[in-house]
Amino acid sequence: MSFNASFSEAFALIATFDGRVAEIVILSLQVSGAAVLLGTLIGLPLGALLAVGRFPGQQVLSVLVNALMGLPSVVVGVVVYLLLSRSGPLGGFGLLYTPSAMVVAQTLLVIPLMAAIARQVVDDAWQRYAEELRMMRFSWWQSVTTLLHDCRHSLLVAVLAGLGRAMSEVGAVMIVGGNIDRATRVMTTAIALETSKGDLPLAIALGLVLVLIILVLNALAFAVRAWAVRRFG
Amino acid sequence: MFPLRIRDLRYQAAGRQGGRMLLDGVNLELGDEGITLILGPNGAGKSLLLRCLCGLLQPTGGMLEWGEGACPERAVMMVFQHPMMLRASVLDNAALALKAQGIGRRERRRRAADMLERVGLGARAEDSARRLSGGEQQRLALARAWLAQPRLLLLDEPTASLDPSASAEVERIVRQIRTDGTRILMVTHNLGQATRLGDDIVFMSAGRVREHTPTRRFFTRPASEEARLFIQGELPWHMAF
Repeated sequence: MSFNASFSEAFALIATFDGRVAEIVILSLQVSGAAVLLGTLIGLPLGALLAVGRFPGQQVLSVLVNALMGLPSVVVGVVVYLLLSRSGPLGGFGLLYTPSAMVVAQTLLVIPLMAAIARQVVDDAWQRYAEELRMMRFSWWQSVTTLLHDCRHSLLVAVLAGLGRAMSEVGAVMIVGGNIDRATRVMTTAIALETSKGDLPLAIALGLVLVLIILVLNALAFAVRAWAVRRFG
Repeated sequence: MFPLRIRDLRYQAAGRQGGRMLLDGVNLELGDEGITLILGPNGAGKSLLLRCLCGLLQPTGGMLEWGEGACPERAVMMVFQHPMMLRASVLDNAALALKAQGIGRRERRRRAADMLERVGLGARAEDSARRLSGGEQQRLALARAWLAQPRLLLLDEPTASLDPSASAEVERIVRQIRTDGTRILMVTHNLGQATRLGDDIVFMSAGRVREHTPTRRFFTRPASEEARLFIQGELPWHMAF
């Protein structure tokens, strides 16, 4: 199939809301959305704690979080696979080759990234507010929640970064999900498979949808931040 | 809590400042009433002293004696020259000090609303705090501190960047807080303000208290040549009492 024909068919798949495309996109959004939600609940407070707290091992934890940002996704996939396999400690839950396993893997991938960004954002605010919050005898937890709320619009960057990492990774979800048709096939694994088969229209269609989703989310985040600056200064 | 006795208080700089004594034996006693103004050249240690009193800095030597016992928690509040303004409403910023005390949100907002009326910001309660003018932000910061009902309120040049009318508003609120029973210790470079507000003056230089006298006596018969030169440097005109 020629280059032009592949693109034409890809656009047709998108325009007609092709069932296969829709199913894969919806599963991708569910898995990555869940991973980012969990990453937000864990990663953002962790990052804020690293910025605000003073506890033994804080420096070590900061270095570890930074280092884990660069962890190859296939390594995370192997670790989660070993945990969830039948002979692994969590094998009894039967999560391997299910979307839940993919959520676990993606969550582990996004937490360090979101925590590292949150730490920087909150640290900047902490430098400005630390004296007054300490003077008012805020506990460390009160400081964390106050700063997270104050930086909520800037922390969208962390959420978007996590979403980008989750939606674009292939290795981990391929290992723990198995890329099973109609069960664990997401956009990235489907693109990899269809391209290797030479079925370019589907791969192109999914790639276009993926890029469009990322663009729309970034535009939305930009609009939210612009509104926040106008509203709160 | 009072009298507050500061005995030979010292604070030594760390790091790059190479061990310089920034507070070099401060001795001072404060009673439980009134407004005390701290004057002195830049680098005298005025703001450092306030930070030591509210616990932001640990002195490297000397003692703080708070009346009969230890300083009650949250009995000392401080308002900074550039107060913190969170990305939130005026009302929520005002209620912040009560959040630290564990008071529920509804009750915090009710008390904060009453306090904003007292400082003339009631109509701005739902506006973004960062949208306020400098004078309004200082009034908000005073309201926030006052709401915590401190026994001692420390003010670090609250009117330094304000125009005369905004400064007058801030001074009015400071007097109200004093009338409410809070002891006030305030750093300023504004000698006119010192004459208007101060019951007594503490003059500092080089990390020490050089003089602690009633306001009128300080300006008419300063005890030290240094104070006299300081006053002359700020006051090109003769002030009649």
